[in-house]
Amino acid sequence: MAFGRSSRTGAMHAVSPVEPLTLKILVAGGFGVGKTTLVSAVSEIRPLRTEERLSEPGAAVDDTDGVEGKSTTTVAMDFGRITLREDLVLYLFGTPGQDRFWFLWDELAQGSLGSVVLADTRRLADCFAAIDYFERRGIPFVVAVNCFDGAERHPVVTVREALDLDPEVPVLLCDARDRESVKDVLVGVVEHAMSLARARRAMSAGA
Amino acid sequence: MSDPGQDRPADPRGTPPDTGHPHWFDDDAGPVVRPYAMTRGRTSHAGQHRLDLIALVVAEAAADDPVWDLTLSPEHAHILGLCRERPQSVAELAADLDLAIGVVRVLIGDLVQDELVHVTRPVPPAELPDESILREVIDGLRAL
Repeated sequence: MAFGRSSRTGAMHAVSPVEPLTLKILVAGGFGVGKTTLVSAVSEIRPLRTEERLSEPGAAVDDTDGVEGKSTTTVAMDFGRITLREDLVLYLFGTPGQDRFWFLWDELAQGSLGSVVLADTRRLADCFAAIDYFERRGIPFVVAVNCFDGAERHPVVTVREALDLDPEVPVLLCDARDRESVKDVLVGVVEHAMSLARARRAMSAGA
Repeated sequence: MSDPGQDRPADPRGTPPDTGHPHWFDDDAGPVVRPYAMTRGRTSHAGQHRLDLIALVVAEAAADDPVWDLTLSPEHAHILGLCRERPQSVAELAADLDLAIGVVRVLIGDLVQDELVHVTRPVPPAELPDESILREVIDGLRAL
């Protein structure tokens, strides 16, 4: 079976002349931090369902007495699409918030351009797990502090220290409801991914 | 029976209820047909890669034959119809059909086997030839 990319011009194809290049950015963060709001600010948003096998820990927690055979569970995620050009499409995936669905992250993260870790200063600890995940896998990420109405505005420096971030990780203040603000955050992710790639290239060239 | 109007089936001789759907379940009950019933119990295709969520499903010229709308299952025909309009990502197809991704992957695999669609492999960012694509993404986002 051929899974290779066909030519981007696709001139030979009578049915669909353009096969766009597709890229994805993940949106992570704790429950209720505004992931759905952020995705819907820039994109048409649709829920995406996935049916997954219950992992062993999940199987132990769920009381499956009387429902033998229930070995899968349905997980919902936010999913958005931004058509940048006819031949360039960016997809946004909101990662499932609950810890028991970590196994879904690997698939989402694979081949992603980078990610946004959305943080709420009132519950900074909620995004520790996401930051840890992206750091371990070397996936470029920015921390976007969602400035809720009424929330105390912590300076960027305080947030950076509290999260113990590497100096090169950008910390941005944002309003997840505001399209312009969310656009800035996404541009921040791509710029950060670009500078990391540049640094890696320089490293390998120097080695 | 706190709410008999919803819990009781409609009286066969009486007037139908407002909704016309006197179901004992609602959306919270989840899908009534078990998801993998549509794939006849199959959860994957032998020897097939797990299709990436942003892999594009592209209709082949053979898919234009109207005979497929009559011979394929409604779900297969639905996927094929969407892909005939324009290439669709695996994630979009799952969202449009409101089916679990695992189910849609199997259905797409059937269409690949029938040579009605092909699936493109998304380019991992690490394999992008240079920065120009990322610059285009930035420009595109700013222009939104």
